[in-house]
Amino acid sequence: MKKRATRKPKADMQPVDGNAAAGILSELFIPDLTAARAKCAGCGVTRTIGVLLVYAHGMGTVMRCPGCDRVVMRIARTPTHVWLDATGATSIAVAAPR
Amino acid sequence: MTSVGAAPKIVWRFATVIDVVHETPETRTLTLDVPGWPGHRAGQHVDVRLTAEDGYQTERSYSIASPPDDSRLALTVERLDDGEVSPYLSDELRSGDKLELRGPIGGYFVWEIATGGPLLLVAGGSGIVPLMAMVRHRDIALGAADIGARHRLPVRLLYSSRRWEDVIYRDELASLAEKDATLEVNHTLTREQPDGWTGFKRRIDRAMLEAVAWPATEQPRVYVCGPTPLVEAVAANLVELGHQPALVKTERFGPTGGSV
Repeated sequence: MKKRATRKPKADMQPVDGNAAAGILSELFIPDLTAARAKCAGCGVTRTIGVLLVYAHGMGTVMRCPGCDRVVMRIARTPTHVWLDATGATSIAVAAPR
Repeated sequence: MTSVGAAPKIVWRFATVIDVVHETPETRTLTLDVPGWPGHRAGQHVDVRLTAEDGYQTERSYSIASPPDDSRLALTVERLDDGEVSPYLSDELRSGDKLELRGPIGGYFVWEIATGGPLLLVAGGSGIVPLMAMVRHRDIALGAADIGARHRLPVRLLYSSRRWEDVIYRDELASLAEKDATLEVNHTLTREQPDGWTGFKRRIDRAMLEAVAWPATEQPRVYVCGPTPLVEAVAANLVELGHQPALVKTERFGPTGGSV
């Protein structure tokens, strides 16, 4: 848990932990993604996805870097798809099965 | 780095309610039979989905209260007056009813024996649920092991509740702590205390953590779970006290404990 950027979230946009996005991420990825490591395209720091700050609202889910506040992943549900924008992650590393 | 393993795809499935227990005035434990349940790790959760007659669906996440060692799945649900899902789960469900859920979900906020210790667990309100799965798992997994095994994996739990009546698993925690000197349970009651109460009477703060928690030099594995303001304050205090951020895992329930 790193020190957060000083952007103040709106009252209705209190973040929760990356863990909260594990459910919708399980519709996109078979291994649990919250234990995987993502390199932030903003600050270049690699962190476990579980520590990203999740802002969920009617339009979808936004996962932000706790260090620089950059959006790392954006997930939305449409009537026919689950949609992912992971351009805020330069790379994602999932540990190989034991 | 934890291996995510060759996990099966998580699918929606129907569970049957076996039992509903009133833990406290506002919480219920649902014991479920889940055919095909692949097993889980302490700290994981399930997503529960309700479908109305008109097709409207709503989902919420609930932490698994039962340890992986139990054959049945238990969820402890806090009833929120303005909740979309919790009033149904708390007031309407009966033995024999079916519930749609998927899981187990989450590979980050998990603890198992191999993770090691010492273990510091900090809970606010219903944040105790995933931590209780960890406490139960430790007790069963270390079962008949020599006392040395328990001493190598000691636990300190700091649990914040409003009143004594709101403490979930109160008796079970007392009985586990009584028989196991390596499990220490500390309560703080923030709104009202029973007569003769000698414990903490305030919100968790840095001084309380300093008094109760393992020192940072012990490098405990820390799990903090509960409402967002509590989790953020506790995590910040622990880092100030010298705990490494990488060893402090948090699960914020958010204002209502809902899912994404």
